[in-house]
Amino acid sequence: MRRTGDPRGSPWADEEQANACVRGGLHMATTVGHMETTTGHTQATAAHLKAEGQQHPIAIYLWIWALLFVFSTFSYLIDYFHLHGLLRWSLIITFMLLKAGFIVAIFMHMAWERLALKFAILVPPLVLLILILLMAIEGDYTFLTRLTAFLR
Amino acid sequence: MSESNVTSAEEPAAAPSGLTGVVSDWSGDKEAFHVPWGKAMMWIFLLSDTFIFTCFLTSYMNVRISTTVPWPNPSEVFALNIGGQHIPLILIAIMTMVLITSSGTMAMAVNYGYRRHRAYTAALMLITAGFGATFVGMQAFEWTKLITEGVRPWANPWGAPQFGSCFFMITGFHGLHVSAGVIYLSVVARRVWRGFYDQKGSYETVEITGLYWHFVDLVWVFIFAFFYLW
Repeated sequence: MRRTGDPRGSPWADEEQANACVRGGLHMATTVGHMETTTGHTQATAAHLKAEGQQHPIAIYLWIWALLFVFSTFSYLIDYFHLHGLLRWSLIITFMLLKAGFIVAIFMHMAWERLALKFAILVPPLVLLILILLMAIEGDYTFLTRLTAFLR
Repeated sequence: MSESNVTSAEEPAAAPSGLTGVVSDWSGDKEAFHVPWGKAMMWIFLLSDTFIFTCFLTSYMNVRISTTVPWPNPSEVFALNIGGQHIPLILIAIMTMVLITSSGTMAMAVNYGYRRHRAYTAALMLITAGFGATFVGMQAFEWTKLITEGVRPWANPWGAPQFGSCFFMITGFHGLHVSAGVIYLSVVARRVWRGFYDQKGSYETVEITGLYWHFVDLVWVFIFAFFYLW
């Protein structure tokens, strides 16, 4: 099914036990599918099989790691070269979203999760955009009120 | 046990994907998320934490928009003199790099965990914790510097008094998260080292710890963009 354990062969006895566990669990896992079971041994087996699903080539992580450094450097250079106005803000937001996206998608493995989990975690924060919009309007209003109060 | 057996007979082995998969996963009386229990709970905790940090950043945005006094220039406030040269925002840039490095080592730790390299996993987690501690140390340095320069939650020498309260609140809460993460990482690294997860038969805890750590890095991305660069 899936590759389990250390590809180089492991010196640990636990490893053998775990592998045996997985082999024993295979028959059950195919019938049970993704069902979580409630008792110790079976649970460990089921969880283990699922967990192996988040094993990816190291190259992906190294690439993303490098990209994050590049984007952070660019972000810093925005400030270093004193960019201003709309250009500055749009670049800040662009690099921020790129970094955040890669961290969530690759480092936090969200790209490989099922759509149900993606929706449950990524959709609720969208309501925060409404909060941000309302508070921006409120801030502008307070600013104008203060200005008129001071000018009077 | 018997209950799960009953359910398993009803559930098809291959779950549908895409939107049909969403409906099938959410519908009636069964497990919604096909991930380990702890991982789903960590995601939900991180979701709630997202709301907390957004509230801080939004209130910062609100006071920065509404103040009639000029906002202090973070580029100058966080500049350092290194070797006689005045470099703007350099401390924050270094802190950002430290945190990204730690995120990378954490991703490696998770990867080696699933490959069952016990020693590599524990070592990489300790390195991650080390970078985290370095970050907190630099933050302590930053706080000390600003406090000696006269920044208080209610006043500062350069402009809008709200700068201080936002700064201490946001970076303080983030620093608290990093500190908690360092302890969390150390505890899990010790368990990895002792073979606890080999006995348990699963290294998912390492990935869950990783989720928390990457989230701390994620929050810093937003703080860096909105508080330090804007």
